[in-house]
Amino acid sequence: MAGDQIVEGSEEQAETPARTLPDQAILRSIAEQFTDIEWAPSTGQDVFMVPKDLVRDVVQAASEAGFEMLVDLTVTDYFRRRSSRFELVINLLSIQHELRLRLRAPVPVDDVRVPSVVPIYSGANFYEREAFDLFGLIFDGHPDLTRILMPDEWDGHPLRKDYGMSSVPVQFKGSHQVK
Amino acid sequence: MAHPTNPPGFLLANLDKVRHWAQTRSMFTVTFGLACCAIEMMATGAGHYDLARFGMEVFRASPRQADLMIVAGRVSQKMAPVLRQVYDQMPEPKWVISMGACASTGGMFNNYALVQGVDQIVPVDIYVPGCPPGPQSLMHGILTLHDKIMSGEIAH
Amino acid sequence: MTDQRHRDKRNVDVWLTGTEDPDWLVESTDEGAQKMASQETTARLLEQEGLAVADDRLLDEDIAPDDELMIINMGPQHPSTHGVLRINIELEGEIIRRSKPIIGYLHTGMEKTGEELTWLQGPTNVTRMDYLAPLHNELVFSLAVEQLLGIDLPPRAVAIRVLMTELNRVSSHLVALATNGMDIGAISMMLYGFRDRERILAFFEKTTGLRMNHNYIRPGGVAADLPPDWQEDIEFILEKVPPRILEYEDLLKANPIWMGRTKDVGVITLEECLAYSVTGPTLRAAGSDWDLRKAFPYSGIENYHFEVPVGEHGDVYDRYRVRIEEIWQSLSIVKQAAESMPEGDYKTDDRKIAPPPRARIDESMEALIHHFKIYTEGFQVPEGEAYVAIESPRGELGAYLVSDGGSRPLRMHMRTPSFANLQALPVMMADSMIADTVATIASLDPVLGDVDR
Ligand code: SF4
Repeated sequence: MAGDQIVEGSEEQAETPARTLPDQAILRSIAEQFTDIEWAPSTGQDVFMVPKDLVRDVVQAASEAGFEMLVDLTVTDYFRRRSSRFELVINLLSIQHELRLRLRAPVPVDDVRVPSVVPIYSGANFYEREAFDLFGLIFDGHPDLTRILMPDEWDGHPLRKDYGMSSVPVQFKGSHQVK
Repeated sequence: MAHPTNPPGFLLANLDKVRHWAQTRSMFTVTFGLACCAIEMMATGAGHYDLARFGMEVFRASPRQADLMIVAGRVSQKMAPVLRQVYDQMPEPKWVISMGACASTGGMFNNYALVQGVDQIVPVDIYVPGCPPGPQSLMHGILTLHDKIMSGEIAH
Repeated sequence: MTDQRHRDKRNVDVWLTGTEDPDWLVESTDEGAQKMASQETTARLLEQEGLAVADDRLLDEDIAPDDELMIINMGPQHPSTHGVLRINIELEGEIIRRSKPIIGYLHTGMEKTGEELTWLQGPTNVTRMDYLAPLHNELVFSLAVEQLLGIDLPPRAVAIRVLMTELNRVSSHLVALATNGMDIGAISMMLYGFRDRERILAFFEKTTGLRMNHNYIRPGGVAADLPPDWQEDIEFILEKVPPRILEYEDLLKANPIWMGRTKDVGVITLEECLAYSVTGPTLRAAGSDWDLRKAFPYSGIENYHFEVPVGEHGDVYDRYRVRIEEIWQSLSIVKQAAESMPEGDYKTDDRKIAPPPRARIDESMEALIHHFKIYTEGFQVPEGEAYVAIESPRGELGAYLVSDGGSRPLRMHMRTPSFANLQALPVMMADSMIADTVATIASLDPVLGDVDR
């Protein structure tokens, strides 16, 4: 899968030379494998904007380039601020190169399926479950996508911006029995 | 359990006092540490503050052996049934201390995840304010509970 | 049959506890989707058995058939799970085959609350996550806000931050030792650990006003200067704590019981640590010298001399050794920070971010306006996003903040070390004895507030 991308990417690379690439050799080598990813540094940190279907391939490429650890995976909700509402954020860390890399992938609200990266980094497991639980993103290929922080029977995904801010009544059945 | 009001009489009245005294002298606490407050609860039990002075240093792991539950910390919606179940397993007579702002009212977290006050799911005898209440506050709460039991105010 | 059992249980409950109708009890604590199914996918089984990354099965017999396995439930109300962790453990006799941590019993919704609070109020919220290392939480949040703002701090503020966080690391590791000792049966260790922590907490209380959850480190500096006679207090700590640590080393380091219970228990390899995003003392005990204080220094910590202790075997004993060594290193940083503490301001003089000194408010209208604006509306942070991480006592603690240019974060996410470290628990526990479970959990030193947030 990743191999296909590499061939495809480097062919198209020649047609669009205007793209800015990072100076860092390792990051540059990842960026050169894909045409569709964009280097968008933010407050001095290295960030790639990645289309959501490419997430797994880019993560695979990064892991091959020496990013050993997935430190963080989270979601931001740009409710009514952007056309594609969610944004998947993956933080990678390379211990050997002392380097961090952040991938940001916009996810529209009507298609919340993203490829899971658990096959590449086992450590993404809890993080993806958390993102599913609190934001409702669906990770294709996750071995056990269940709620992790909220009770199983909970309605809704509480960290979405359109979920109410303040408290909700106690939800379990015995609560009225206070004597 | 409902208790008949104590019949007046020399013997029974004094017997009641003895009972209250016995109840306060060695209360066994069920460990119910939840969050930051639990650390302060542990600090209270440890050497520096020494809860053993009040015969309370034994934190029982089993609710069947305990008569006081100190709810130390924030109670989440997911924890609420567990808490109630532990409470129900405690034998009578039993008391509950709600320790800290979160357990008492939800504290600063007025959001979807927390039960806004543990008194919504179990009856509470003493509220200890603070975030976290220092060990002194907790001990004050415990002594207040002792006083109330001794005076018969919240006898069970 | 089940009905009969149910009725019996109910009668017992009514008799014992006076609860009239405990019907709901059983259903409402049902496991639902968290149930440990006997038929899981291969990937899931491998992960639960800790074989997803490296095949290190100790016993090469086949797993016993289903009817010889037993699933037991530990927690969430269990004295040795360090709070409200719950683990489903599948046993074959005395040996753990697979295990599944179930979390969320302390989920507080802090990331949601964080979106309601201004940038200046943010530390109040995050400090309650990892309640054994509150100052680290505040520090990482403040650093992330400062990264977005692009401001520099006066040297004294930076040095105070280092001093306080390193003291906090000592107190946190002391609790880790205390609980580790208690779980293994060394009750005196528990009393000792908490006793010495009190000395540090006394200093924290004097400086910040609270024993825990200080809200002391804030964007733009720290909330208050060190108390007037702080040098004596630090000297007192540096004089009293080290002999005690030596005493604990005497007590435990070569203690045959301690070694028997901790050596080669809960082993995790470096490879597995990396795959499961494990950081902190657990990673270092597995043989990596990865420490964010060296790799990505923050708050000028690169100016102090310290070493990164590294273990070899990745077992409980090595984690304990690493923690003890880190206490020594942190104490040395505290000493250096106290000796080289610069004079000057303890917060930035950018009046748009840090409130003016109290005395100025009486004299100057402008100061009053700034003060009012900061405490009502808060300051604005330029649009952008940043991820900043520091080395907390448990590992990489990161803050990911997104600002839309307003006075509150659009998204506040904390990358908490215990959450990631806990994923590695099945790896450590697989194929070990059930009696070693508590030692393994304790050595990971999870703080459930840090896990569930
Ligand atoms: S009251 Fe404060 S210290 Fe206690 S659990 Fe709540 S936040 Fe933590």
